[in-house]
Amino acid sequence: MLDVIAARLKQGHRTIGFPAQEPTLPDRFRGLPVIDSSRCREGCRDCAEACPTNAIAIDGGQPRLDLGRCLFCTDCQDACPEEAIRYSTDYRLATRSRGDLVLHGQTLELAKALDEKSRRLFGRSLKLRQVSAAGCNACEADLNVLGTVVFDLGRFGIQFVASPRHADGIVVTGPVSENMRTALLDTYAAVPAPKIVIAVGACAISGGPFIDNPEVHNGCGSLVPVDLFIPGCPPHPITILDGLLRLLGRLEQRPSN
Amino acid sequence: MSHLDRLATLRNAESLPLAALPVIAIDDLHRAMVEAVDGGLRVSALFGDAPSTADGVRLYVVLGDSRTATLHVAKSHLTGDSFPSVTPEVPAAHLFEREIAEQFGVRPEGHPWLKPVRFHASYRPGHDAWGQASGENPVIGVTDYFRVEGEEIHEVAVGPVHAGVIEPGHFRFQCHGEHVFHLEISLGYQHRGAEKTLVGGPNKRTIHTLETVAGDTSIGHATAYCQSVEALADCEVPRRARVLRGIALELERLANHAGDLGALAGDVGFLPTQSYCGRLRGDFLNLTALVCGSRFGRGMVRPGGVMFDVDDDRRRTFIERLDVALRDVTNAAELLWNSASVQARFEETGVVPRESALALGLVGPAARASDVDFDVRRDFPTGVFRSASVPVAIHPDGDVYSRAFIRWMEIQNSVTFIREQLSTLADGSIRADVGPLKTDHVAVSLVEGWRGEICHVALTDGEGRFSRYKIVDPSFHNWSGLAMALRDQQISDFPLCNKSFNLSYCGNDL
Repeated sequence: MLDVIAARLKQGHRTIGFPAQEPTLPDRFRGLPVIDSSRCREGCRDCAEACPTNAIAIDGGQPRLDLGRCLFCTDCQDACPEEAIRYSTDYRLATRSRGDLVLHGQTLELAKALDEKSRRLFGRSLKLRQVSAAGCNACEADLNVLGTVVFDLGRFGIQFVASPRHADGIVVTGPVSENMRTALLDTYAAVPAPKIVIAVGACAISGGPFIDNPEVHNGCGSLVPVDLFIPGCPPHPITILDGLLRLLGRLEQRPSN
Repeated sequence: MSHLDRLATLRNAESLPLAALPVIAIDDLHRAMVEAVDGGLRVSALFGDAPSTADGVRLYVVLGDSRTATLHVAKSHLTGDSFPSVTPEVPAAHLFEREIAEQFGVRPEGHPWLKPVRFHASYRPGHDAWGQASGENPVIGVTDYFRVEGEEIHEVAVGPVHAGVIEPGHFRFQCHGEHVFHLEISLGYQHRGAEKTLVGGPNKRTIHTLETVAGDTSIGHATAYCQSVEALADCEVPRRARVLRGIALELERLANHAGDLGALAGDVGFLPTQSYCGRLRGDFLNLTALVCGSRFGRGMVRPGGVMFDVDDDRRRTFIERLDVALRDVTNAAELLWNSASVQARFEETGVVPRESALALGLVGPAARASDVDFDVRRDFPTGVFRSASVPVAIHPDGDVYSRAFIRWMEIQNSVTFIREQLSTLADGSIRADVGPLKTDHVAVSLVEGWRGEICHVALTDGEGRFSRYKIVDPSFHNWSGLAMALRDQQISDFPLCNKSFNLSYCGNDL
């Protein structure tokens, strides 16, 4: 017993100060991509051709980037001869609509809060059921991590629960395999209304690395109505937490860098 | 002449012209497999391929001899829609044969447990091992489950959606009260068509598919893939890149093992270690992110080498943080070993005897916890492991305690390895050019991922494109180990036993 107390003292206090304090992220962290299309060469399509999920299209002579498909790999950056694409360390990526994830020169429209009625219902207590629908266990792992002492999701009144009957919504990961379609729909149906759906990761938003494989449904958007999109492969836990707090109206709407 | 001598041999991460691959009759292939397994070899892979609809199915086998670091390979041409099953004599082949039956519609006659693996339609329309009509798709989870009948016997069905934030799978327990007679594990929910989508590659998506075959094993699978490509392109990876790959692989092991110790503590209600190790797992993931920007090592390993270097400043920061993490994980782990209440739940729970582990072909920590002395890093070394060794951690009892303690031993070994490697990091480039792949070749690549042996087999066509890419995740071998561990246990110990294996669903379902 004394050992346990001694260990507790040694391990110290580990909960991060987010959202009051900015998180510490590694310098090589790949957050929001920044495109300087003024540097693009006439007719150049190198980034679009390099992108493994065809997240980039050249539209009106400048790249249009779909964050919902983006794996945050370095393939476009490495392919670009003019260094027109680079990753910033901006971790804030969540949006309320699928269309907002498509960057074409505009500033990313970060997720707005739920309407007032929903906020009254969920704002101080949000119970979520997670459905992994062919997720690779990376998104799942970084959702799980929100429950550790570092992020301490419980302090925001958000909790993952065991039964959809106890939940206010579902968090979907994975491209939704055909073999998980029914289970996903059943789980969604089992959540009492009003309910929300949160799509976490490139797979759940677009199919990610498995996009257009006949075995998957290219994410959950065609099966359930999504209220919050959190891109990434996988999204950093801070990106997920930031998205959840924005949805609940618990973060100020700060402009994206 | 022994039957095994009829097979061609190669070493790990080498390639061979397909023409040099002996074609032997299926009966001879079986004799060779029986002889191999009797002699202590492992079935690393057994898989099918159907190059065209006109030809029949080809079977390929990879048998690993860890004493000589030799891989024995051969193929057999099947005629018709069935072949004699080798599973009654070589139980380790059981899931491979089920997979072959499902993918190519050939029936292993005499297989004692012929059920679907991933519940998808046959890749050869018109040929179905269960006689389903063409165009009819199997329904996930619908199969003949093993049932125990009798008074007071009851069945408990769990999943696919579980209570925790984990991947989906279906578990059926045949119980008498709390006592589990039998557990059947039926998976396939995670099937994304990963293998099929690799055919015709390599292309710009290939490495990303491999990194997400099992997302907690991105480094392991990416390394296995790169080794096959490099073997097919005769590419020599620079020394510095080999070292950095080894460090990344051990970091992946550290993060997952630390997380597992925490989760095991949680499953017996020992909250201190659960809480500390949950945090420490993240600290190891953050070390991976310090190197490559991604907590899961995405983007680190690429054909020819690695994408991110570690300069002196980064190396210093890295070692400081690694030392602190080891100090804290030591503190958290020692609590486990010194708490009688934890030991009482870990010891003699979910025992897999050595004979079962060998017969089923278990790999990784699950096998080593059952006294099986096998580790790809030592027995089939590639890359940095050719010149630097990591001690192989063995434990004799095969219970949850052994599987937990093995992880602790491996954590310490991995930290020692990383420190040594970082302190002697040779200068030089981190990536070599990779030329076109050799045509009509086969390459075999093994990596000791944190769950155990990862096996990739790449076959190229006349243009140097993949005509078949076989992935064997360690979980594919080990799920039946979990089923065996539950025999004669209390059903309430299932979460604990499950966590002591911590297997991948998507790695199995592909």
